[in-house]
Amino acid sequence: MAYSEKVIDHYSNPKNVGTLDKASKTVGTGLVGAPECGDVMRLQIEVDEATGIIKDAKFKTFGCGSAIASSSLATEWLKGKSVDEAVKIDNMDIVEELNLPPVKIHCSVLAEDAIKAAINDYRKKNGLEELVFEEKGVH
Amino acid sequence: MLKLPIYLDNNATTPMDPRVLEAMIPYFTEHFGNAASRNHPFGWEAEEAVDYAREQVAKLISADPKEIIFTSGATEGDNLAIKGVFEMYASKGNHIITAVTEHKAVLDTCKHIEKAGGEVTYLSVKEDGLIDLKELEAAIKPTTILIAIMYANNEIGVIQPVKEISAIAKKHGVLFFTDATQAVGKIPVDVIKDGIDLLTFSGHKMYGPKGIGALYVRRKNPRVKVTAQMDGGGHERGMRSGTLNVPGIVGFGKACELCRLEMEEDTKRISQLRNKLENALLQLEEAYVNGNTEHRLPHVANISFKYVEGEGLMMGFNKNIALSSGSACTSASLEPSYVLKALGLGDDLAHSSLRFGLSRFTTEEQIDYTIKAISETVLKLREMSPLWEMYKEGIDLNSIEWAHH
Repeated sequence: MAYSEKVIDHYSNPKNVGTLDKASKTVGTGLVGAPECGDVMRLQIEVDEATGIIKDAKFKTFGCGSAIASSSLATEWLKGKSVDEAVKIDNMDIVEELNLPPVKIHCSVLAEDAIKAAINDYRKKNGLEELVFEEKGVH
Repeated sequence: MLKLPIYLDNNATTPMDPRVLEAMIPYFTEHFGNAASRNHPFGWEAEEAVDYAREQVAKLISADPKEIIFTSGATEGDNLAIKGVFEMYASKGNHIITAVTEHKAVLDTCKHIEKAGGEVTYLSVKEDGLIDLKELEAAIKPTTILIAIMYANNEIGVIQPVKEISAIAKKHGVLFFTDATQAVGKIPVDVIKDGIDLLTFSGHKMYGPKGIGALYVRRKNPRVKVTAQMDGGGHERGMRSGTLNVPGIVGFGKACELCRLEMEEDTKRISQLRNKLENALLQLEEAYVNGNTEHRLPHVANISFKYVEGEGLMMGFNKNIALSSGSACTSASLEPSYVLKALGLGDDLAHSSLRFGLSRFTTEEQIDYTIKAISETVLKLREMSPLWEMYKEGIDLNSIEWAHH
């Protein structure tokens, strides 16, 4: 299967690989997927407390090229967004941007799940109620 | 100079040897006759060429030429052997014994047998991929007619104890069929010494053309028969109808002859390269060989690189190196290799595996390039892997509650 150029680019030059301090109150961490399924994503956001803007985002992903590209793209999109805007990132936007084929849609869903998990972790740490999301159920 | 891409997926198919092609060419245009045309020189020429090739094929496995049935390949051979024995020996019994690591062509044929009212026992394998001979013998019952166990596995290259299996089969009066597609031409296979009753193999796995293969059917001690699976002109002693693929057969014969003459030298060189590759890659932390390394084909290595995913790994070099992975991330099921899972490997390790298949045409330069490219990609992806980070921090990955999807 041939990958799109954008997937190859993110895979070859991934943006924002790394680790934020998960103990920090301003950092939200989302860890989704499972090793047995062949993909695990960890996505972290660091929120500016004064403005509510995501000032940094990092990821580490175990998975195929599309999973790596989806999480790399997600961190790019997250930076500079407010937490409320970030919640609205939809997996189909990722599919479109990366030209993912149908068999790789689950990678984008995983990235969306990781974003939501990171946001909820951040909300929980800051005494906010966790958001309830609808199951996409595509995996 | 090193030419890219490098081909290391020779268990899938091998390139054809130019000497094979040369032998085939006249049989497309010049000597195009039908080997079954008995009344003119065109037919005689074709028949003569087929007879010669049949001898070349038979000789490679120490069979009699009369025991060679030409087929379209190993899948057809698997079908013909298993279904053919099941139908021919229906009055004797309906039970077949096979193993869970067999090729799909055997497993799916066995499923067909079950639907047709047969009974099939699927033996599990040990951690190293070998079957347990005691388990095999214990599975035999009065209704058992066939044991179908592959000679060597296509994913891990593990060679089954064929002589011991045939001894058990003989002791209980059961026929023994082996899919030797990966073994013939690579290691010595001798149907007499190995005690094999039926054996299938294919041209394109041994530097021959695609679309041609053979089923060996023993004629003496015991005389074995299979029911034809295609109706027609009664070619190949009535066991396989259809006009013979003369150019394919000629090429297959030549490929068998070359393997017979050059096997020893090829094996020595290829296994050295395989060992070099394997030893270098095992220098990486948390890299493991899958399957028994003592009873193994000389050109195969299957290695898991923990904490990186196989498909993601291949993407790092698959423009320049062709090989395959036990990960099945592209399939709808997301199920990794059933062979690796049968060894007791966790899904995570199965997802992290690469299969290397070397050939007569593999060079040391190619292996050096491969070692470097794969090592670099593994290190790069581990830097990107949350699992690697956890492992390095001493976190037990089994203690984490993963969200299975």
